[in-house]
Amino acid sequence: MAAHAEVKHDYHLVDPSPWPFVASCFVFLMAVGGVVAMRGVLPASEDPGFWGHIVNTVLVKGKLPLFIIGAAGVVMSAAGWWLDVIKESRKGDHTPVVDIGLRYGMILFIASEVMFFAAWFWVFFELSIFHDVRANWVVPLWEGTDTAARWANWPPPNVETFDPFHLPLMNTLILLLSGTTVTWAHHALQQGDRRSAMWGLLITVLLGCAFTYVQFVLEYPHAGFKFGNNDEISTANLYGASFFMATGFHGVHVIIGTIFLAVCLIRLMAGQFTPKKHFGLEAAAWYWHFVDVVWLFLFTFVYVLPYLTMQE
Amino acid sequence: MAADTVDAAHDHRPSIWDWKRWLYSTNHKDIGTMYIVFAIIAGVIGGAMSGVIRWELAEPGIQILHGLPWVDQTDPDAAKHAYNVLVTMHGLIMIFFMVMPAMIGGFGNWFVPLMIGAPDMAFPRMNNISFWLLPASFGLALISMFVPGNGTYPGFGGGWTLYPPLSTSDLHHGGASMDLLILSLHIAGASSILGAINFITTIFNMRAPGMTLHRMPLFVWSILVTVFLLLLALPVLAGALTMLLTDRNFGTQFFNPAGGGDPVMYQHLFWFFGHPEVYILILPGFGMISQIVSTFSRKPVFGYLGMAYAMVSIGFIGFIVWAHHMYTVGMGFDLEAYFIAATMIIAVPTGIKIFSWIATMWGGSMTFAVPMQWALGFIFLFTIGGVTGVVLANSGIDTAMHDTYYVVAHFHYVLSMGAVFTIFAGFYYWIPKMSGYRYNSFLGTLHFWVTFIGVNLIFFPQHFLGLQGMPRRHVDYAEGLAYWNHISTLGYWIAAVGVGIFMLVLIDLFAVKRRAGANPWGEGATTLEWTLSSPPPFHQFAELPVIKPDAHH
Repeated sequence: MAAHAEVKHDYHLVDPSPWPFVASCFVFLMAVGGVVAMRGVLPASEDPGFWGHIVNTVLVKGKLPLFIIGAAGVVMSAAGWWLDVIKESRKGDHTPVVDIGLRYGMILFIASEVMFFAAWFWVFFELSIFHDVRANWVVPLWEGTDTAARWANWPPPNVETFDPFHLPLMNTLILLLSGTTVTWAHHALQQGDRRSAMWGLLITVLLGCAFTYVQFVLEYPHAGFKFGNNDEISTANLYGASFFMATGFHGVHVIIGTIFLAVCLIRLMAGQFTPKKHFGLEAAAWYWHFVDVVWLFLFTFVYVLPYLTMQE
Repeated sequence: MAADTVDAAHDHRPSIWDWKRWLYSTNHKDIGTMYIVFAIIAGVIGGAMSGVIRWELAEPGIQILHGLPWVDQTDPDAAKHAYNVLVTMHGLIMIFFMVMPAMIGGFGNWFVPLMIGAPDMAFPRMNNISFWLLPASFGLALISMFVPGNGTYPGFGGGWTLYPPLSTSDLHHGGASMDLLILSLHIAGASSILGAINFITTIFNMRAPGMTLHRMPLFVWSILVTVFLLLLALPVLAGALTMLLTDRNFGTQFFNPAGGGDPVMYQHLFWFFGHPEVYILILPGFGMISQIVSTFSRKPVFGYLGMAYAMVSIGFIGFIVWAHHMYTVGMGFDLEAYFIAATMIIAVPTGIKIFSWIATMWGGSMTFAVPMQWALGFIFLFTIGGVTGVVLANSGIDTAMHDTYYVVAHFHYVLSMGAVFTIFAGFYYWIPKMSGYRYNSFLGTLHFWVTFIGVNLIFFPQHFLGLQGMPRRHVDYAEGLAYWNHISTLGYWIAAVGVGIFMLVLIDLFAVKRRAGANPWGEGATTLEWTLSSPPPFHQFAELPVIKPDAHH
């Protein structure tokens, strides 16, 4: 074989890139900064010198500079990285076989996300069934377990759940509708109707924003329960904690999906998608449907069922 | 095989002193090399910690830990806490920063693309962040040892499982060290998940023409199963760790019984990750042993498909046995009976593997090169660890054995003699390919025997200690346990000499520079990496190899 062997395959050998290393440095900074913000890595220093000043400015509890620099760096690295990916795609590096690889990657990423939510649902169901016996210091034996009776004690006393057929139902409809509009955009693009695709995508992004607005601005502030409360420890916290963690992580995923779709909208307007080749949009749509399905489970088990047991 | 050997000298390989080659790398072999170097460094640090542990346990009483520079000499509790921190960090470092990076990141990165006939991984740039997140994660873990943990005592001392209330209550670990450790594991987990996505995509999408799944080398199969476990188990750990974080910092009561929460729920979530994790630590080793036994018996692996699907079933069953780590929490007999039965069933596919390795050797034309010595040592010692595992699978016996040195002996037989022996086997098998140089076989053999004697001397007496009721994670013990503890510590010094010999092997390898040919192992080595030069070209398989139906596995 010749020294400068001609490449006879369609795989993408990516050029060296600074982003992974740079991103990892900022991840480190963000993690240290996060701990500083929550708890402080070192106690306040009484040393009047340079070190004491540094410690008291960035390392004691509640100081935010490290976290902000780290988080900004992570966002910047991610943006730089994905801009490179877009450039490579435009250059033609994403051959059909690479395209299949990207599809595998996205599906597997979503699979890991599913398992992440599995942890939150696991906690929610376990608490819903067992919190009562635990709070009363009864040993929870499986023999004679009446799950329905246990469930009837959920949510715990002093918790007033949201009326699911009010704002949450509206959010369900918003998400389901956005699932159809993103499909509309995709099909329009496949037909070469870029104008309709833009409308479909624009409406999807707006619906995503609407969902976030309804959840975080209209709904959360009126919750009849708290996220956490160290001063008054009671079972009332359990519903709040599991509710806010599960729906909150979902809400964050909606925001990420909305940004993903917005980027696709910009790329669509810039003419970067063709009827044949537009995996970015498809990946965003897959992600969006995943977020949608998680919501349906949340709506059913976190909103509706506890509300119905409360009504009885 | 269509691929010819490529003269490495003509290949555009950057200088090893070019820092961008490593920091900006998108090359699976360079990234694999970084993983291996990282694993060696972490292994030395984690191994030094176990040295302090064994040194302290050589005699009853507390002698050594007072001498650590950051431990208050006048306060016995400080020494006790420092001991607990060392035990915790030894476990976490060896699992997350030594075994996993060596096997999956190191050998997996190097040889999965080579063995399936691919030019690189599917996502070469993402491959690099999988690596570079690890130093970030390791840095956080090391920092955690030196910032306030338990009161003013530095570090987290609650064990690698991070159980609440030790990990959540301000009474126990109110300092920042636990938070740093939580984020460290979050980052290590993210690194592994990205790696898992990369490996699965590579194996599914980049096999050379003719390389069907059922013609893949067993090492590739083992990595495939392993990374599926990573992909599905680690996000659950991420959830559990996040709950620890909110319990500590934001007033939730997930694991606080006073608020109706439950520490046992953490154990369920943790072991739903933790049990697949122990298979993650050993499955790539199974794959390496299959390649090595086959190579040095000059026979294809006995029962190839059975071997592949035994790993698949071990991976699957590994997800549904987790509560056998929790028999003493009072989960009820029906549940215990289920977890006993499910756990015992794992012995079936594992037995398939052990017997198939033996059957591969049966009638083979065997040679006992250094990798084969480690492989045989592995089969012998892993079987011992497996047998004590069957003992511990029974909840009745485990109730007595729980948290004793019997358990410590069991998991060190399957890890520090199972996983670590496979890592050394893989190292001696592949280092001629990776470096281009042959090692000194005498030193390699010496390394094997010294390590073999050392680790057995450390861990076999620990079975006796466990049966006599010595609890794990204690800095001190009763006088009556002194004899076997002393023997165990002697074993550590022998094993430490073994590590020294390994360093000599490394120095000798790069100092003497004996050229290794493309295939130093002869006709038994049939997988694709042996068709390339040693070291392989910077980018291999510019023209993809074509696999014929009769090719060996």
